[in-house]
Amino acid sequence: MNGPSATIGDAVDDTMILITGISVVLLAIITGLMLYFTYRYSRKRHPVAEEVGTSILLEVTWTIIPVLIVMGMFWAGYKSFREMRDAPEDALQVTVIGRMWDWSFEYANGKKSDRLVVPLDQPVRLQLKSLDVNHSFYIPAFRIKEDVVPGGNTYLWFKPQSTGPADIFCAEYCGERHSYMMSEVVVVPQEQFDVWYQSDSAELPETKAWIDAEAAAAQAPSDTDEALSALHKYGCVTCHSLDGTGNKLGPTLKGVFGKEVTVMVDGKEISVTADEAYLKQSITQPAAALVKGFENLMPPPAGMGPDEIDLVIGYIKELK
Amino acid sequence: MSNTADPVSYLDYQGRHKGILGWILSTDHKRIGILYMISMLSFFGVGVILGLLMRIELLMPGMTIVTPRVYNSLFTLHGMIMIFLFIIPGLPAVFGNFFLPLQIGAEDVAFPRLNLASWWIYMLGAAVALTSLFVGGGAPDTGWTFYVPYSVRSGTNVTLAVTGAFILGFSSILTGINFITTIHRLRAPGMSFTRMPLFVWTLYSTAWIQILATPVLAITLLLVIAERTLGLGLFDPAKGGDPILYQHLFWIYSHPAVYIMILPGMGVVSEIIPTFARKDIFGYKAIAISSLLIAFVGYLVWGHHMFTSGISDTARWIFSLLTFLVAIPSGIKIFNWVATLYKGSIDLRPPFLFTLTFIFLFSIGGLTGLVTGALATDVHVHDTYFVVGHFHYVMFGGTGMAFLAALLYWWPKMFGIMYNEKWIWRSWAFIFVGFNMLYFPMLIQGWMGHPRRYYDYVPRFHATHIVATVGSWVLVTGLLIFAITLFRSFKSRVPAPSNPWGGRTLEWTTTSPPPLLNFTQIPTVTRGPYEPAPTPTGGETS
Repeated sequence: MNGPSATIGDAVDDTMILITGISVVLLAIITGLMLYFTYRYSRKRHPVAEEVGTSILLEVTWTIIPVLIVMGMFWAGYKSFREMRDAPEDALQVTVIGRMWDWSFEYANGKKSDRLVVPLDQPVRLQLKSLDVNHSFYIPAFRIKEDVVPGGNTYLWFKPQSTGPADIFCAEYCGERHSYMMSEVVVVPQEQFDVWYQSDSAELPETKAWIDAEAAAAQAPSDTDEALSALHKYGCVTCHSLDGTGNKLGPTLKGVFGKEVTVMVDGKEISVTADEAYLKQSITQPAAALVKGFENLMPPPAGMGPDEIDLVIGYIKELK
Repeated sequence: MSNTADPVSYLDYQGRHKGILGWILSTDHKRIGILYMISMLSFFGVGVILGLLMRIELLMPGMTIVTPRVYNSLFTLHGMIMIFLFIIPGLPAVFGNFFLPLQIGAEDVAFPRLNLASWWIYMLGAAVALTSLFVGGGAPDTGWTFYVPYSVRSGTNVTLAVTGAFILGFSSILTGINFITTIHRLRAPGMSFTRMPLFVWTLYSTAWIQILATPVLAITLLLVIAERTLGLGLFDPAKGGDPILYQHLFWIYSHPAVYIMILPGMGVVSEIIPTFARKDIFGYKAIAISSLLIAFVGYLVWGHHMFTSGISDTARWIFSLLTFLVAIPSGIKIFNWVATLYKGSIDLRPPFLFTLTFIFLFSIGGLTGLVTGALATDVHVHDTYFVVGHFHYVMFGGTGMAFLAALLYWWPKMFGIMYNEKWIWRSWAFIFVGFNMLYFPMLIQGWMGHPRRYYDYVPRFHATHIVATVGSWVLVTGLLIFAITLFRSFKSRVPAPSNPWGGRTLEWTTTSPPPLLNFTQIPTVTRGPYEPAPTPTGGETS
């Protein structure tokens, strides 16, 4: 696997090699003996079976030795697991928020991001929160995973030891778009992280020149940029496309403004014009008037302020 | 065998009802066993087709043939059908029903009418569960585990599917009660507990789990229904409940259920090995006791399904320790089976071939279980394809192969006919190759970090998915050849002798197929189940 790794990953891999190694030897012995006996004592070569009786000594031997082997395996697994649970005090704190079907990350200074940017060689402690059903936060490259349970208070920690991006998956089945509930962890050098951490941009600063250029052009971002960033931040685009492509989860937002749409209110079909009031209602109370043919899947975007709603509606108006 | 002195076989016996009614209203344990066999193999066929569709969908990234919603229903139904309708009741209901009385020298089970009722309840449960496919919100999409809160929120027909599983549980409990009573009360004269065939021992251990664990599932499923319809909030943190409570309750049943699935398979293997090695089993008592140990320790390890769920670290290591202990009795069985072959006189016929396959595939299943039992490695592979590969090696490579071996071993006794062994060998080649092509790549991609229950995947998992999907086609080809070969035996009707394999347990002392009451005279037992008869007793010759 390419990409970054974490310190704990080496311990997990060593445990895996130990268990797999012993298992392969055991499997070879069992299968080898089985095939050899089947060949050597076939009816052709050995027409009359000999009764050999039962041996207590053998029974005891092949009880005790496996007990010792599996206790060794248990210990190896337990030892690395302990490391996995003891987060250092000075770890960088990040809150992970999982919901159907995206991840978001909140840093101690209030910075929010839809991917997990972390500095190299710095322990990171993740506090896991779910807004709806069970999820499981999984970074295969780091060998860590923990369920994200509503009402629960689970955590993970890791210390990255090389830079680069790696996949974040949801590993606990959570409904229709479970397999798309992905994000990315990006390990960057400390200096680069510091710049990113202090900036308002979600983009990573690539070079010093980039930083200077950004600083020079530090005007207020346009409304379109802010609306787009809100649409991403609250997960709207997970289900609602902006380019007119249809899917079964939610209607596209392209060209919706001013259109006649058929909606279901209290189980009855009515026709409405998608004006500003309707769009606002669809954001704040999605279930009140669902577009016909779609299910009630959308949670009201928690924390979306009136300014952001106006920005988004303004953007949708222009989206022809 | 068409000796006029032979009693009428159970297949030809004309009871109160004719035709199909003579079957679906029969209280004969043998006919009920066949009823279960026909119904279960039909459900198994449906489960296989669902599995094939999933594999086709996974052949290419993105959408191949179905939408995410349909895919999620496919794996839910595949799991529900295979687990609740096939593999949990499978071996006990089919072969346990048919052979338990025969192996202990009884005329029937203790409660024949209850036995028939169990089949009807099973069919009712199956019908209710399958109805959920076609009405209202559509097929459930929660996975066979019905984890809350998703199962409470899902708009699909979860309530109906869960009700079906609830009903099926009663069939399981009643069969368990029936078997335990039969084993305690109806053994032939001279058959002490230590002279019982090992298959009977595993049925006995299994029956206790069925009685003691199934009610917990029933309660859990009722709670899910209550959550969905009444909104009690038991599992809802907003109302002071806890979603993890559900997982505990679910696995308190469902982990022992894993041993309900595998123990009778181990029993079948313990029957077949001495027969084809012409030798007494090595370590009879060790194998018998290990079945009880598996049943007992199997109760205490449910938490290993929850190593990443957020339970306390102490609970995690205790469950890990206990999980490693449950590996020991399974290991003891394997060592004793292999030791039985030593200095035997081995006849490599189809039932024995599938038994060797069982030992190989089940060993892989068991050894990969050590990876999931160790805490550090489980955290990584938990809820990935590694687990999917692992349990298919155990369930299909273990119980599934044992089921096929049992079919081949007892087919002559059940129907009085032999099958074409050459074609079974051919089917085996496809099954063995296809099986490993299908499930071994899953172990690899699981270790690479591919989570399970994924409709779509990132490109680095594509190669292993292609191998697995092609493997599924090879495997199904093998299963089809196997099924067709057995079907053709009804056409060719090569008569089977009473004891085609030289078995030493009681079912081989009666005619093939057996008469309605199994034996013309209740046998008297004077030796262990796999010891050779001292001298031919004269009466029965074949």
